[in-house]
Amino acid sequence: MRYHPLTTADRTAMLAKIGVSSVDALFKDVPQQAVVPLSVFDLPDTQGEMEVDRKLARMAAKNTAAGAAPFFCGAGAYKHHVPAAVDHLIQRSEFLTSYTPYQPEIAQGTLQYLFEFQTQVALLTGMEVANASLYDGSTATAEAVLMAQRITKRPKAILSGGLHPQYCETVETVAALSGVVSRAPVTPGKAEDIAALIDNETACVVVQSPDVFGLIRDLKPIAAAAHAKGALLVAVVTEAVSLGLLEAPGFQDADIVACEGQSIGNGLNFGGPYVGLFATKEKYLRQMPGRLTGETTDASGKRGYVLTLSTREQHIRREKATSNICTNSGLCCLAFTIHLSLLGEEGLTRLARINHANASALADKLARVPGVDLVTPSFFNEFTIKLSRPAADVVDALAKRGIVAGVPASRLLPHDPSVRDLLIVAATETTTEEDADALVKALGTVLSEAPSTSGAMF
Amino acid sequence: MSEVRFTDQHEWVRVDGDEATIGITKYAAEQLGDVVFVDLPEAGRKVGAGGEAAVVESVKAASEVYAPVGGEVVAGNPALTEDPAKVNADPEGEGWFFKLKLADKGELAKLMTKDQYDEFVKGL
Amino acid sequence: MTMNAQGRPTAPGTIESNELATISGDRGLDHEEALIFEIGRDGHCGVDLPTVQISENRLAGMRRKAPIGLPGLSEPEVVRHYVRLSRMNYAIDSGLYPLGSCTMKHNPRLNEKVARFPGFGDLHPLAPQSTTQGALELISELMKWLTTLTGMPAVAMSPKAGAHGELCGLLAIRAAIQARGEKRNRILVPESAHGTNPATAAFAGFVIDEVKGTADGRVDMVELEGKLGPDVAAIMLTNPNTCGLFERDIRHMADATHKAGAYFYCDGANFNAIAGRVRPGDLGIDAMHINLHKTFSTPHGGGGPGAGPVVLSAALAPFAPLPLLVHDDKGFRLIEDREAVPDGAQPFGRMCAFHGQMGMFTRALSYMLSHGRDGVRQASEDAVLSANYILASLKDVMSAPFGDGPCMHEALFDDHFLDGTGVTTLDFAKAMIDEGYHPMTMYFPLVVHGAMLIEPTESESKDSLDRYIHVLRTMALEAKEKKTERFTGAPHLAPRRRLDETAAARKPILRWRKKELPQAAE
Repeated sequence: MRYHPLTTADRTAMLAKIGVSSVDALFKDVPQQAVVPLSVFDLPDTQGEMEVDRKLARMAAKNTAAGAAPFFCGAGAYKHHVPAAVDHLIQRSEFLTSYTPYQPEIAQGTLQYLFEFQTQVALLTGMEVANASLYDGSTATAEAVLMAQRITKRPKAILSGGLHPQYCETVETVAALSGVVSRAPVTPGKAEDIAALIDNETACVVVQSPDVFGLIRDLKPIAAAAHAKGALLVAVVTEAVSLGLLEAPGFQDADIVACEGQSIGNGLNFGGPYVGLFATKEKYLRQMPGRLTGETTDASGKRGYVLTLSTREQHIRREKATSNICTNSGLCCLAFTIHLSLLGEEGLTRLARINHANASALADKLARVPGVDLVTPSFFNEFTIKLSRPAADVVDALAKRGIVAGVPASRLLPHDPSVRDLLIVAATETTTEEDADALVKALGTVLSEAPSTSGAMF
Repeated sequence: MSEVRFTDQHEWVRVDGDEATIGITKYAAEQLGDVVFVDLPEAGRKVGAGGEAAVVESVKAASEVYAPVGGEVVAGNPALTEDPAKVNADPEGEGWFFKLKLADKGELAKLMTKDQYDEFVKGL
Repeated sequence: MTMNAQGRPTAPGTIESNELATISGDRGLDHEEALIFEIGRDGHCGVDLPTVQISENRLAGMRRKAPIGLPGLSEPEVVRHYVRLSRMNYAIDSGLYPLGSCTMKHNPRLNEKVARFPGFGDLHPLAPQSTTQGALELISELMKWLTTLTGMPAVAMSPKAGAHGELCGLLAIRAAIQARGEKRNRILVPESAHGTNPATAAFAGFVIDEVKGTADGRVDMVELEGKLGPDVAAIMLTNPNTCGLFERDIRHMADATHKAGAYFYCDGANFNAIAGRVRPGDLGIDAMHINLHKTFSTPHGGGGPGAGPVVLSAALAPFAPLPLLVHDDKGFRLIEDREAVPDGAQPFGRMCAFHGQMGMFTRALSYMLSHGRDGVRQASEDAVLSANYILASLKDVMSAPFGDGPCMHEALFDDHFLDGTGVTTLDFAKAMIDEGYHPMTMYFPLVVHGAMLIEPTESESKDSLDRYIHVLRTMALEAKEKKTERFTGAPHLAPRRRLDETAAARKPILRWRKKELPQAAE
């Protein structure tokens, strides 16, 4: 096997040194009846690189890559152009194949980029401190809720109806263990009156902006209402590029920010791995989950970086840790950091403007299609339209025509009949005018046809 | 003269009237290494004898500090929040953790004297 | 107070440098590198994008008012910056990485290539399922590999890392107990467990009860059986355990656990020692996460991302979280809706948005297909053989706390061989850096004083192992002769000397800030 350096002769020599006759003797503590022959495994034997490459290439070819069609899906994951330098740099062996930087003397590369990452996230979100990342936006949101419960010593989390439904389910799964999670009504295109739901048992309100339908929310009055009752505001952002154009949650008095960082530096990857950005106020630092990198000096006085405040973490604190997490999204935050370094202030601002301009132009065109109404009066690069027919059927009909039209709201909220006809549409810098025109034309055609009776494949 | 008693969990308690001052022993501070953070109880909190009252952290370890005797917390040591190194510099003096209003003076009798504690540490 | 019983020193020390001072501060190929914020300037940019006009109409008055404060750099500057940073890192591609319990094995580049096929890397998680059939097929095939290798009937794919998988397993256990109409809130965890085990159990709302080990480094069966009772939800066990040993009594433990009405969670961090030889399903395990970045070689990436699918027994399978993947005559289909699940399924919830770490699934399947079942078994055998070779070659000069072996895929030593030498485990491990090696795992497992846990993996040649053994032997002998100069304050030859972690924790500096000009007094 090409990945195994030991030869038969090596193995024999090593067994002799150990003083046993076969490798089986090394497994003597394993109960004999638990050892199975290879034939028990209904799996293939070793294959060469070419065969594996071919098999997986065939599987990949069965999918419609976002870049291979006019493409308009968003709802928590966005198609952006990632500069070639990003993917090249993250594949450098010294980044790709290094371990968690527990030995700082030989891991300054990782530690310094994490320090840069933390700084970038703090700046972008307008917060005082940020950690070295969590798994993704949804789990970061769940961690934010748990952190708010710890800080306020209160049980209840109120989730905005505009919070991505799969984020809601993720929060409910963990936060309901130690508290109560309630969801505000879903009001596509409008802000619900979430302030009215805050009571003295409320640990936090969780509000996403732009919300899952694309609507831009004003967080400041919600923060004020929460703070007046001793609760915290958790702000959620699923499209990090929006922070290049919109007011940062930190400047709207958010207490904790959970953000999906996929949009910057990271591909769509069918949902993961992504990178959860997590930022808060300095006074809550010790309640923050996840790894942190800090600046210090070495024994010869040179500046350097170390993982710090690790007494919050599982490997020291065990059952009293702030979280059980023992990963950060290493390479994904490296990709984020490199891409954001390439963009800089200018690049990110321009990128965000292009996204908004493309989405605006597309919304204008779509709104003129008979049977289409624009639902979201404000948005960044994603908006919701109401169709004259169930959106899932329309998406399937368009997929057959080679157009990936967006995410039907019913995929996220299958039991809410009021969203059945809503389609969430995203446009980014990758959306060309031809793409937009193709969607407009095909959508017009599909909506004017009689609904097919054969039904959608899924 | 005030009386100092010790626990087998390496806390000390000094009693003046019905007020007890509590900290960790020199031995404990040495074992812990450089202290980087202490989390102290708020005034008014009631703790039972042996209950978790504070947390002391070095770079690689976090330890609970237990109340040797029960009572109501009067105050944490504000100087430790600013400069946790005081725990290493003067663990049984300026590096005290918190003061309690004693609930039951009788509990003191169950704790070790200085001599008994020194003997106990020698045996570790 | 609870004590630091590991004997781990924490002071960094100070040294006088007698190195040749250079004008630049750089040293040959070793460059010092400032922060990106100190290099960048306003107005520069590493991408070419036009400035477009936008209207304010659709921004709800929420446009950003102040600048963000990001630096501007051209592409060559960014590339040089990160290349220079990369050169300050140790990596498995550049040397042996003997980190016990972390499994730093070779990361085949084919895996990187296939993960980047546009059909996988550029695929949206919510694209119509008719356009993602190949991705679902890949997940399905990986599920088959995982369930077959473990002998378990089901697997939950969405957990994003090992600890997330542990949480998934415990939430399934919690749901199963609730479905039985019972209340059980205690989880038994051996004291040698990974820190994530008690942290996860607490996170999932359970109370932790520690089980002591025996003198031969295994779980004390008598104590375990004594602690089992009607309030115990589960035991959490790592097998092979963190001392690098197989728990011989595992079947007996499983039977006792099941008899008490509890479930058996196995931490699969060390599955790489037995994959292809032993099926956890045959051992009576109910749930086990598999760290794809350990056993199946997805890259560690400096700390992530990982992936932690959880295999489940028939008793726990119905409680697996959403989404579920099914295959019928219409093809593959993800079930994301709680009310559309097949009969009998009662998902406990959802671990994360979307469907898990697809990018890691692709890499892991590429590894599995390349190895095949025979290669997977060979990998386990070579990993165990190499660890035993190290144990056999060093046990006369270093001290092995649990006798002469055999061990599984990790060789454990303690610091008794350093008694009276003035050299600590930390010194010994850091001195390895000067020899061109990453230190072994130290001070873990906690049950051994001054632990050093060495995991060579199957990726090292015999020559590489022999060189490594030679270095360790020589170091151990020098330490015993009290030749301490290479140990004191080591490493001497790394990009940095020991760092002051105390200062970092006392006054945390967690981000760069622009140096403000001194303000006039108010």
